[in-house]
Amino acid sequence: MHVSVRDTDWDGVRLHVVTGKGGTGKTTVAGALALALASNGRPVLLMEVEGRQGVAQLFDVPPLPYEERRVAVAPADDGRPGGDVYALAVDPQSALIEYLEMFYNLRQAGRALTKLGMVDFATTIAPGLSDLLLTGKAAEAARRKSRGGGSGGGSGSSGGGSGSSVGGGFVYGAVVMDAPPTGRISRFLNVSSEVSGLAKVGPIRGHADTVQNVIRSPQTAVHFVTLLEEMPVQETLDGITELREVGGGGIQAGGIFVNMMRDAELADRKSAGKVTLGSKARDTHALEMALKAVGLGDDADLAADLAGELADEARTARSQRAQRGQLVAAGQPCYELPLIKDGIDLAALYKLAQALREQGAA
Amino acid sequence: MREPRGRGAAPLVVDNLIDDRRTRIIVCCGSGGVGKTTIAAAVGLRAAERGRRVVVLTVDPAKRLAQSMGLTSLDNTPRLVAGIRQAGPGPAGYGGHADGAGSMHAMMLDMKRTFDEIVESHADPDRAAQILANPFYQSLSSSFAGTQEYMAMEKLGQLRRADEWDLIVVDTPPSRSALDFLDAPQRLGRFLDGRLLRLLVAPARLGGRTGLKMLNVGFGIVTGAITKIIGSQLLRDVQTFVSAMDTMFGGFRERAEYTYRLLRAPGTAFLVIAAPEHDALREASYFVERLERDGMPLAGLMVNRVHRSPAARLSAARSLAAAETLQGLDDGESTALGITALRLHAELMRQAESERRLARRFTLAHPLVPVAQVPAQPDDVHDLNGLRVIGASFAPDHPPG
Repeated sequence: MHVSVRDTDWDGVRLHVVTGKGGTGKTTVAGALALALASNGRPVLLMEVEGRQGVAQLFDVPPLPYEERRVAVAPADDGRPGGDVYALAVDPQSALIEYLEMFYNLRQAGRALTKLGMVDFATTIAPGLSDLLLTGKAAEAARRKSRGGGSGGGSGSSGGGSGSSVGGGFVYGAVVMDAPPTGRISRFLNVSSEVSGLAKVGPIRGHADTVQNVIRSPQTAVHFVTLLEEMPVQETLDGITELREVGGGGIQAGGIFVNMMRDAELADRKSAGKVTLGSKARDTHALEMALKAVGLGDDADLAADLAGELADEARTARSQRAQRGQLVAAGQPCYELPLIKDGIDLAALYKLAQALREQGAA
Repeated sequence: MREPRGRGAAPLVVDNLIDDRRTRIIVCCGSGGVGKTTIAAAVGLRAAERGRRVVVLTVDPAKRLAQSMGLTSLDNTPRLVAGIRQAGPGPAGYGGHADGAGSMHAMMLDMKRTFDEIVESHADPDRAAQILANPFYQSLSSSFAGTQEYMAMEKLGQLRRADEWDLIVVDTPPSRSALDFLDAPQRLGRFLDGRLLRLLVAPARLGGRTGLKMLNVGFGIVTGAITKIIGSQLLRDVQTFVSAMDTMFGGFRERAEYTYRLLRAPGTAFLVIAAPEHDALREASYFVERLERDGMPLAGLMVNRVHRSPAARLSAARSLAAAETLQGLDDGESTALGITALRLHAELMRQAESERRLARRFTLAHPLVPVAQVPAQPDDVHDLNGLRVIGASFAPDHPPG
């Protein structure tokens, strides 16, 4: 039995689904979360499902094939070496061929199907099928046991974990999925109703039931990435509600990751009780005095301009506080990630991962 | 403080675009979360208040945006937006068009409704009812990948043909890739008209053709596997659907090609929207390249939510130095306020500089693409005035970033 050195908010979770509105930095947060989880010493698989190759760009590696590849090593933690982060870009076509091979030994048929454009066709006329194949792959990876480490349905793809057999013999300590955006997430994960138009019995039905059991279990959590702006916050709250309303007890909502937080300069100073904004005229006057004291008094308009900046910042801070209040009221753990000003690179990812560790997200 | 302008293109002046009566369609595109829908609404409002008869077609179900236009919600029918100010003579007017007949309608695409309408208008009532009740049609019209894009383009074609408006502003669907709306309609059209679909639903018909006999044997195995995967019921639904739709077949690809041609026509202008961030600008780059390759009329790039300071004459370094000096002085209230203001100013200046650097990188790669900057607002848009503030930055004399 693997004994965790420290408690985190999501200790029992094996499949972390990361969603968020476009532009909130969903892929970045998924990458940082994967690194943070791998700091526990176990390998972590980071999956992307939308064919954007965002993970490859994030870790600055060539486009990922349908194969689990090592893209990074987590930093050491408490003297233990960090685990590896593997990445996989899943597409419905490859996943279908792998599925046919695993369950029907139909590799040749799979190839013929691809050649005829039939795989594309099948995933096109049955939209639920693509989602089932993608979530199915995630569920498979999350439950995959290392050889000799127990039962379980092996993997068609190569690579995958360093064969560590602690933690119940699972190949991966955790699987992180860079999932579709918030607007589509509950439909994406609700495989059961998605395939209702497909086979009512038979292997696909059985596969869907297995996948559904993983996704609705406490082993899966859906995390939301948001900014402190109205639209992404509203989508986050709607998304959490929708997950709870999914039939059969719902799907577990995870943490709320507030991304790209700017240094809340003014907010900090205000809470320290040092600065109170008054009327613009009063602030302008006070600023004139301060500017004069440091030799900037010649510019007659500077004080008014700076007072305007302060007032705008106060408005932004006020609106952000309101958004924050709404998020907190949703009752899920909230984590804050700083704005990275000069583009995301590996160093920035490590920094974000560290922030997640410190806040107990991983 | 004006930056020297290099060999780059002229700035993008949105007012010139909307004042040009030859502009009939403006397509706003870009990756998710860059404020595309808000920009589309602001462009529409600005154009209406400058005398155009505008309809804004959005695909974003944001209730807030509807409310900001004074509508409780948006649906598949264009609704008149109240409170449009008419351009008039005098200093307050825009000096726009003498007829002053500007108006604004707004609507949100309902892809299922739009698809239903196509079916209803192309088939007799019995057949239409049969198609609408088909389970495959229901899944096709409500959750099919690409249907939203197809229907957005279909709606655009309808609005254009209706000829009630002289300017249509379209907000493109939040696709997986920002390019999807160009490709999806044709992909869906190809699929619906496709031989594969016909082969699959009627493999028996192939029997007579000797050249296809060999294929047919293998095909049986393949159909078997497909049936196993997607279920025979679905296959039957597809078959019924196809035979019921037979009269409409061929029409889909044709329609997709019509809208594609419409997009390439001279009256259309593409606005690529981006946030001043690395990823959004990279997407914008891809988009610009793709539009150029397809010969689409690109008007330019709009960098949305740009930070700029009214006190740009005070550099970040000088501002921070002044804050430090202040810190050495007595701890009075004006001193504390001064330190806060100077630090905040330094941060703003740094952010503005970093945004400018990113935008410059885009311009280096695409020196001929006109660029406009839209300033960041302290908080979200709640009413027409909020949209007007954004629209004010479309004027030619608006200071450059």
